[in-house]
Amino acid sequence: MQKTLLRYIWTHTRPQQVFILMIVALSMVPYFLAFDLPKQIINGPIQGQGFEDLSTTQNFLDFSLTIPFTNYTFGFGGFPLDRMQTLVALSSVFLLLVIINGAFKYYINTYKGRLGERLLRRIRFELVDRVLRFPPRHAKSLNGAEIASMIKDEVEPFGGFTGDAFVQPALLGGQALAALFFIILQNFWLGMVAAFMVAIQVIIIPKMRRRLIELGRQRQITARRLAGKVNEVVEGLGTIHAYDTSNFERADVASRLGEIYRIRYDLYQWKFLVKFLNNFLSQVTPFLFYLIGGYLTLRGTLDVGQLVAVINAYKDLPGPLKELIDWDQARQDVQVKYEQVFENFEVEDLINPAIHTLTPASARPKRETLHAVSVSLNDDSGAKVVDHVTLKIDRGETVAMVDHTGRGAEAMAEAFGRLAWPSSGRICLGDQDIRELPESVTGRHISYVSTDSYFFHGSLKDNLLYGLKHAPVKRYAYEGKEMRQRLWEIREAKKAGNPHLDIRAGWVDYSYAALGNGAKEDLQKSLLAALDAVQLTDDVLELALHSTINPDEDPEFATRVVEMRHALRARMNELGMESLVIPFQPDGYNSQATVAENLLFGATMAPLNPDNELLSSEHFYTALHKVGLQRPFVEMGRTVARNLVEIFGGLPADHPFFRQVTTLSAEDISFYQGLLQRKNEPKPANFRLSGADKAFIRLTLEYIEPRYRLGILTSELQDKIVGSRELFYTELPAHLRELIERYDPDKYVSVATLRENIVFGKLSNSNADGILELRTLAGSVSRELGFANQLLKAGLDYDIGAGGRRLTPIQRRKLNLARALIRRSDYYVFNKPLPGLERHTQEEIVQNVLAFLGQQENDPAVIWVLSNISLSRLFDKVVMFDGGAILEEGSYETLEQESGTFKALVA
Amino acid sequence: MLLCDEVQLLRKLPYFAEVDTCKLKLLAFASERVTFKAGQRLFTQGDSGDSAYFILSGTVDFLVSTPDGPVKVSERGPNSIVGDISLLCDGPRSSTVQAEGVVEALKINKDYLFRIMDDCPGMTMKMTRAIAERLRLTSSELDQVRALQKA
Repeated sequence: MQKTLLRYIWTHTRPQQVFILMIVALSMVPYFLAFDLPKQIINGPIQGQGFEDLSTTQNFLDFSLTIPFTNYTFGFGGFPLDRMQTLVALSSVFLLLVIINGAFKYYINTYKGRLGERLLRRIRFELVDRVLRFPPRHAKSLNGAEIASMIKDEVEPFGGFTGDAFVQPALLGGQALAALFFIILQNFWLGMVAAFMVAIQVIIIPKMRRRLIELGRQRQITARRLAGKVNEVVEGLGTIHAYDTSNFERADVASRLGEIYRIRYDLYQWKFLVKFLNNFLSQVTPFLFYLIGGYLTLRGTLDVGQLVAVINAYKDLPGPLKELIDWDQARQDVQVKYEQVFENFEVEDLINPAIHTLTPASARPKRETLHAVSVSLNDDSGAKVVDHVTLKIDRGETVAMVDHTGRGAEAMAEAFGRLAWPSSGRICLGDQDIRELPESVTGRHISYVSTDSYFFHGSLKDNLLYGLKHAPVKRYAYEGKEMRQRLWEIREAKKAGNPHLDIRAGWVDYSYAALGNGAKEDLQKSLLAALDAVQLTDDVLELALHSTINPDEDPEFATRVVEMRHALRARMNELGMESLVIPFQPDGYNSQATVAENLLFGATMAPLNPDNELLSSEHFYTALHKVGLQRPFVEMGRTVARNLVEIFGGLPADHPFFRQVTTLSAEDISFYQGLLQRKNEPKPANFRLSGADKAFIRLTLEYIEPRYRLGILTSELQDKIVGSRELFYTELPAHLRELIERYDPDKYVSVATLRENIVFGKLSNSNADGILELRTLAGSVSRELGFANQLLKAGLDYDIGAGGRRLTPIQRRKLNLARALIRRSDYYVFNKPLPGLERHTQEEIVQNVLAFLGQQENDPAVIWVLSNISLSRLFDKVVMFDGGAILEEGSYETLEQESGTFKALVA
Repeated sequence: MLLCDEVQLLRKLPYFAEVDTCKLKLLAFASERVTFKAGQRLFTQGDSGDSAYFILSGTVDFLVSTPDGPVKVSERGPNSIVGDISLLCDGPRSSTVQAEGVVEALKINKDYLFRIMDDCPGMTMKMTRAIAERLRLTSSELDQVRALQKA
């Protein structure tokens, strides 16, 4: 990157700058013509110059031009027009010039804007590109929010400045020089006075601005640090609360804001002081003209006309001069910003761009060994963690690396994964240093997994397939309007120096899938197998069952869910297990469902609490009255309330039974207690219910007989509820009906989860092992139907949140491992990828992974840094590090027999 | 069976003889009604216990595993509580309990039971006494067995 912003702009926009300068020059012609025209209109047709008598006509648009050095003259006689016609014609020309000037202005402004935006795009991209090329060590000391604030905010003004970077000084400088020249022509000495004053302004003001620039830099740095701090507060919110340090953070932020305030206030003081001085200097010049010019006039050496002419000419000077000085300030301002940003991105040891070259297919011959030749590694503090280690890993070999003391094994794994660069020695793939090989070779032939994992915001599937997105492999088929849009994107990207790789293209390279040979189904197979290997399949199914889908987006899947629902029911009937789940039936009361569910026979988007739109609407209670359920519900609710008050009335408000055993809180109970004690509630007019009665109805709506066992839901009442369903629904106004999604055994319920849609009923309490039996049954039915895979697919669409935070830490670890298993590599480096997992699960997963990789036909090698040393018996070779050097190397059996240290560690 | 009937049955247990009706009702309300089919296990020997069962109807068998397979050692009918010991001493289940026919029971959650015991100081005493009574019975039975073995 260039040292100064002006040079950067010039390098990238030279032709455009020249072009716009010419356009600006051209635009001056109509601009000055428009200046002269009003005078002509007033003097000519209005005041009557040249139209002394009524019949006089003047030629309009007459001109004659003689081309210099030739005798060729051409011209146009013009149209003879009378006074009124001339007025109309000249006014029309004036309007025309206004339009032309406006058009010029419009064109110039958009052109400059576009120029600026392109440059902004270029510089932003260049910065992100540099971030991608930062060496690993540098990357550790970065604060993401600060970098983001630089790329997003700090470079923003560069765009605005770009358009004016050369046009403005050229234009204004020209104007100022012209004005100065004109003054000198009028009177040499007065001209010299003006030039002297201009020189003072041009020299002194920028000097004074030095401090402004320094303050500007401080402001920029403190603001950036603030962004970093805010990011830290957000990320560390949990820690802050855990240690009660919120006030410490408050103090920190407040002191930073104080510092920013100080700088900004200082900045204002200086800015306006400089402004004051600037204004003063430009006003001193006329003072000198009056004084010196007046003196000379009185002495008779200068005539009055000349003095007036000088003063008149001078009024054209301060305007351009001031703007020129403002431009200079803007230049210095962006220059400071540029330097600030620049020095953050000018890092030594940037990764060579050639290493990142886009390579759709890596054509490197395989079967190369990976070996470390006398590698030494330092940690961030500079201490040596690996000392001259030479190690060779053959294809197909499984190697366990363990540490006795120190962290040599981990550091070696990092070096194999190119996360740490050796301080001496080298790591070679075949006979080439992996640091010199392009990432398209190393990043595909070596898969590295460590404890640190990062997940990108998106679905589970996006993250699982992340390691296969090396290059666009399948073009997106553009048509018509989309095609034009795409061509425009490519053109613009080229103009701003951006790559025009298509993000909509297919980036997932099936040929790199772990299993099979590059067909789409192989990818699917690899994905499922990898999930199985890390024992994540059940979690994904669970995520799927717990999610809600929009049936309009995937009607086919919704149909499959309903099919599954029917198949499950059919299977239950076949096996005589129909009592396992009480289904929702249009003509039956579901004893395990609430009264509300039975009455509405549908699901509601929002829970039925007092704020629910449905329950707070008067229409709801009117409809209840119409179907004759209002009174029974109030009475029933009163009984429920009496019982609940009796049961929970005596408990202290913070008793855990509230919310756990009942959905009500202590306040609710005392509320109902109050309602029950109230006598003779004044009855509101007509059918309206009192607030108390509505509260009782709410209790009734939540009532489930087997749960409450109060024996108040008689079979007559059940029949009445079932019989009233249709009428009740039709009695509700349309806007309330929209809140209810009615159950239909043949339709998908969009507000319910997938599980609720499949079960479509309530688990009965007639079988204590019901849940287990249902799960087993549903599992086998879904496998037979091939529905399990579809369900898994739905689970893979689960959005894992920023950084995968919607998954549990264990799930993240497993996902991290699965992400590497899906891609086919020659070397897999696992650096303690499964911390925090149970020993037993860990062992199972290690076994699964080794078996999974063993079945790949490319015969990959596995390097696994183990925290659980006893697992090393699963590997071909064990390398034991001690204090950064290899202590023992050999098969598990050999080491166990020969090495005392190893034996002691395993035992 | 309604909540109030369950309360009546619970009261017949020596454990709960002197507990307030309110509290018993709370315990019954907090407990879940479960149904076991013939042969289904309420719990298995060796599992850790998190709940006790109050048998409302039906009979359950107590099985102890031996080298020759499970052997039935005793049975319990309605209005009895099973699984209470491992609940109180936090240990594993000492035997497997299996439904003989259809069994209806009230599943009493450990945390809820302890909560209610905390609220009723008299109840702890009652329970201690009931358990001591059982211990006395068990040890006298054991003594008889030993005496028989020696004879």
